[in-house]
Amino acid sequence: MSDIATRLDASARIQVSKTYKLFVGGKFPRSESGRVYEVTDTKGQWLANAPLGTRKDTRDAVLAARAAVKGWAGTTAYNRGQVLYRVAEMLQGRREQFTAEVAAAEGLGAKKAAALVDQAIDRWVWYAGWTDKVAQIAGAANPVAGPYFNLSVPEPTGVVGILAPQAGYGHSFLGLVSVLAPVIATGNTAVLAAAADAPLPALSLGEVLATSDVPGGVVNILSGRTADLAPTLASHQDVNALDLTGAIADEGPGAAASLEAAAADTLKRVLRPAVDPSAQDWTNAPGTDRLLSFLETKTVWHPMGQ
Amino acid sequence: MAKKNTAAVEAPKAFFEYAPAPESPAAAGDIATSYGHFIGGEFVDSSGSEALKTVNPATEQVLAEFAQGTEEDVDRAVAAARKAFADWSALPGSERAKYLFRIARIIQERSRELAVLESIDNGKPIKETRDVDLPLVAAHFFYYAGWADKLDFAGFGSNPKPLGVAGQVIPWNFPLLMLAWKIAPALATGNTVVLKPAETTPLTALRFAEICRQAGLPKGVVNIVTGDGRTGAALTAHPDVNKVAFTGSTNVGRSIARQLAGSRKKLSLELGGKAANIVFDDAPIDQAVEGIVNGIFFNQGHVCCAGSRLLVQESIQDELLDALKRRVETLRLGDPLDKNTDIGAINSAAQLARITELTAAGEAEGAERWSPSCELPSTGYWFRPTLFTGVSQAHRIAREEIFGPVLSVLTFRTPAEALEKANNTQYGLSAGIWTEKGSRILWMADRLKAGVVWANTFNKFDPTSPFGGYKESGYGREGGRHGLEAYLDV
Repeated sequence: MSDIATRLDASARIQVSKTYKLFVGGKFPRSESGRVYEVTDTKGQWLANAPLGTRKDTRDAVLAARAAVKGWAGTTAYNRGQVLYRVAEMLQGRREQFTAEVAAAEGLGAKKAAALVDQAIDRWVWYAGWTDKVAQIAGAANPVAGPYFNLSVPEPTGVVGILAPQAGYGHSFLGLVSVLAPVIATGNTAVLAAAADAPLPALSLGEVLATSDVPGGVVNILSGRTADLAPTLASHQDVNALDLTGAIADEGPGAAASLEAAAADTLKRVLRPAVDPSAQDWTNAPGTDRLLSFLETKTVWHPMGQ
Repeated sequence: MAKKNTAAVEAPKAFFEYAPAPESPAAAGDIATSYGHFIGGEFVDSSGSEALKTVNPATEQVLAEFAQGTEEDVDRAVAAARKAFADWSALPGSERAKYLFRIARIIQERSRELAVLESIDNGKPIKETRDVDLPLVAAHFFYYAGWADKLDFAGFGSNPKPLGVAGQVIPWNFPLLMLAWKIAPALATGNTVVLKPAETTPLTALRFAEICRQAGLPKGVVNIVTGDGRTGAALTAHPDVNKVAFTGSTNVGRSIARQLAGSRKKLSLELGGKAANIVFDDAPIDQAVEGIVNGIFFNQGHVCCAGSRLLVQESIQDELLDALKRRVETLRLGDPLDKNTDIGAINSAAQLARITELTAAGEAEGAERWSPSCELPSTGYWFRPTLFTGVSQAHRIAREEIFGPVLSVLTFRTPAEALEKANNTQYGLSAGIWTEKGSRILWMADRLKAGVVWANTFNKFDPTSPFGGYKESGYGREGGRHGLEAYLDV
């Protein structure tokens, strides 16, 4: 039956299409601008309208992320691991939805898209298991030359602004999970700017996080143009670190070099993008780099004696 | 005018006056009248004609002239380091280690000479260079020497690679110690270096160049280029430098970070601080007083992690301040080469002017100033140890780094308030806690946004112990296993 015939068939069901919204402070606001932009598949077919996030939306998200730091960094590592694992459980239940979104976003067949989603779920589980181990590999008992008990412990940096990957095989969901999960596993909170052309898996992830046990504000997800969102994240006084993975390649606002320069004003920690982001294969094993990039090391001294 | 507040403090009666116990300036060895750079294993003349003078801040006498490094000088030094990199990085770690162990031993052998030279050039008391700086300098080379052949086990993956040529810019407050913090891990990991010492304290770095020659270090592995900020900027901007390490002010660090944006050079920064030294009502007062004095008057307060904000619990404020003032009255200020001297000279006229300006702002904003009644020498750059009471969080002296012997005293009532005030700063380098209650120490230490937390002690350093800041105190850590990361491609 042709498309037109389907539409004319009175017994055919009209699909309920989805309204995608931002995810800020555990809620789903529309953009304060009231504007949206068209998201298409790789062939240019319209998929949905995504909110066109603004500077104000970004500031609101930073505010929510800052408010959530104390609680999230303060939970036990065991508890954070449980919360992250719960997210993986919820992702598993939505496997078909993400597969469809990834297939549309990256122009992949269902089988390849499903494999990427499975790997993303597994990666989330991998990071869930890191929460109570990272301090043991990144911390130290320092044998100082004196009667002191001296420990170095890793701690979250605070609020991390993330530009989700815009390119590379698997970027729209596996890549997204690969940049977000390590940030929150270590107790940071995140403001994430979704890939501009493929924001739907990111916005759907917000729905998963909202129905898991992740406290509101720990993850905030914005969609829109990177050039609109990124400069605000880079210059914001209350953002402690910046992941430039998805910085756009050209010159001007949203480009990695100008964002890094803006971040220098507040001495933000900056994770630079890959030399060639489009060559990045997100199916590769991640290692601990991203976990360790958003940690501070605190060294505590105390005298020893009787 | 300042109100004099000496009513509560009686000057202690000395049992005995201290006789002078001067160290011989001759122990510093020969100081040349003028110095060039150390490039490719040789002392060479600058390509430019501009020379700077380094003075003894205690006497204002010129010690030596040294070259203002030009862009061409920096270029030559980076080229020498680049040339040396291939062989040095290919050398087995166990062999690199031997050079570092050798350097460490020579530093120990020549420590008296270096301590005296450091004291003369910097103005800090010989007691501190002899007992703190030099032992730590040697310890850093020993510690990182041992890492050179164990990098596969450092937790950065197997066979981690060096970055290449490291451009290092260090400050004047711990000239030789900052050199050791930077050069030892850089060499252990297989990098070669170009180091620019501060323009007021170049002499011990140039003497260190001689030690590299004595140790037979391959030519070009360590290069020293002297000069002021212009030379530093040329070094950090040099396109063939792979790694920049800077210790100094937050403003300069910020401009370096901006300069390096988009360059892909790896950057580590150790910047300013405004540490809170927090004293609870159950703290052992005498020990706390010693810790406060050490925290702010060690090295004339020229310490980025100095405990420059004293947060004292309101209920013991009077008792603590009386004890503190009594103690401060006993500090001996004067000739840095006298072994009894506690407080030496301010490093430069410019730094003295900065301290003077900020303390004037403290008085103008209404804080109450107190200093002991010590005499200042007639020549040289000096500043009395100074306390400000009645300081609020909005005062400049509570917010800006003074980098001098000036303590701002604030009060608090509850641990939560202490924590909030302590963290209420753009900086996050260090903090101190004084209390007998262990659970409170751990609670505070967990929540303080500071890279180093000293509990019931202060200003302790060790090569095995990572050091570095949160927030605008910079990024990266120096010391310990963590300190290797800044010099490895990870």
